[in-house]
Amino acid sequence: MAMTVHVDIVSAEGELFSGQGEMIYAPAVMGEIGIAPRHAPLVTRLKPGDVRVDPGQGKPMEHFYVSGGILEVQPFRVTVLADTGVRATDLDEAAALEAKKRAEEALANKTGEMEIARAQAELAEAVAQLQTIEKLRKMKK
Amino acid sequence: MAGAKEIRTQIGSIKNTRKITRAMEMVAAAKMRKAQDRMLASRPYAEKMRQVIGHLSLAHPEQKHPFLERREVKTVGYIIVSSDRGLCGGLNNNLFRALVNEVKEHQERGQRVKYCLVGNKAVAFFSRVGGEVLAQATHLGDTPRVEELVGTVKVMLDAYEAGEVDEVRIAYNRFVNTMTQNPTVETLVPLPEADAEEREKLKHHWDYIYEPDAREVLEDLLGRYLESLVYQAVVENGACEQSARMVAMKAASDNASSLIDELELVYNKARQAAITQEISEIVSGAAAV
Repeated sequence: MAMTVHVDIVSAEGELFSGQGEMIYAPAVMGEIGIAPRHAPLVTRLKPGDVRVDPGQGKPMEHFYVSGGILEVQPFRVTVLADTGVRATDLDEAAALEAKKRAEEALANKTGEMEIARAQAELAEAVAQLQTIEKLRKMKK
Repeated sequence: MAGAKEIRTQIGSIKNTRKITRAMEMVAAAKMRKAQDRMLASRPYAEKMRQVIGHLSLAHPEQKHPFLERREVKTVGYIIVSSDRGLCGGLNNNLFRALVNEVKEHQERGQRVKYCLVGNKAVAFFSRVGGEVLAQATHLGDTPRVEELVGTVKVMLDAYEAGEVDEVRIAYNRFVNTMTQNPTVETLVPLPEADAEEREKLKHHWDYIYEPDAREVLEDLLGRYLESLVYQAVVENGACEQSARMVAMKAASDNASSLIDELELVYNKARQAAITQEISEIVSGAAAV
């Protein structure tokens, strides 16, 4: 039997996932990381993207979209504190495309430094959402 | 019949009061549902956050963040979460009573106390009893937002970092169920330690790998931690407020109903007595003729 680690994914809006996983992939600020059981203790910030949990035993991968947050790793437990998290299957492609368009427009029109920063963050979020949807779709095929 | 008329108007006014309390009860019941959902939704996040912070306090970072250091407590800062409105039974008073006891203990030990207030009732209470108030936030409404609380939290944390306050505690009502609300006082900073079981697992000397670097991650994490805990306290208190109000208003409506029943009995008796008296007067008048 393969080793597993307990994974909790929570966002401010509620608990998204709680269960065992053989492998967890998460978009850390320094690049995507994969965590196997008995990983050394780690805390890192997450950027917008796709958190995946491989539950093992041939079960399909669980996908979650997070817009940022904190990841904590203990040898026996992994905790994802997401800012806003969504089960990837609940993601709305139309809404994400819309958000991307809006952010791009805002980026083109706005001049203030604060506004540009905000628009860029929104754009990054929308793009990450779309990528998650894309990945999910490829997997289904 | 003068007595009977007075009773009638009294019954009328109690009926009006009952209408109001009934309406408030129903409004509170509807709001309670929403407030509870909000509270339950964000509870797992706050709990996990507390767990992570508990681990963190056991780590041995090279760089000591001020929030992780314990220093001698000369001044205690309290963030007090209360409701904006009254008519919710003993909810706020229970909290203040628990608080006053604690404050007394602090004063006996020669520690000073400073306050940050959330909600009108706390503001009213402290303007009455006095105390050093650093900041206040009121009129949060039914859907409190984190942004509205950040200011209050920031004032307290700045005071902590500047060394004006050596410990920050938060007081709020913890929601157990509709009938029970527990006044709770917890320490926010310095960070509380993990529970015994977790401590056992993590007792060896270790530290996290921090990405990108320790200072940045800690700042970020601690900011989130405090925001989420204060937010959680506010939504819990909101759920408590609505359920306490519902229960209080239900009791008030029931009281009004039983009062009306009693008064109606008295009224009927008075009316009957008046009629009997009138008849006997007529009869005796007729007999005299």
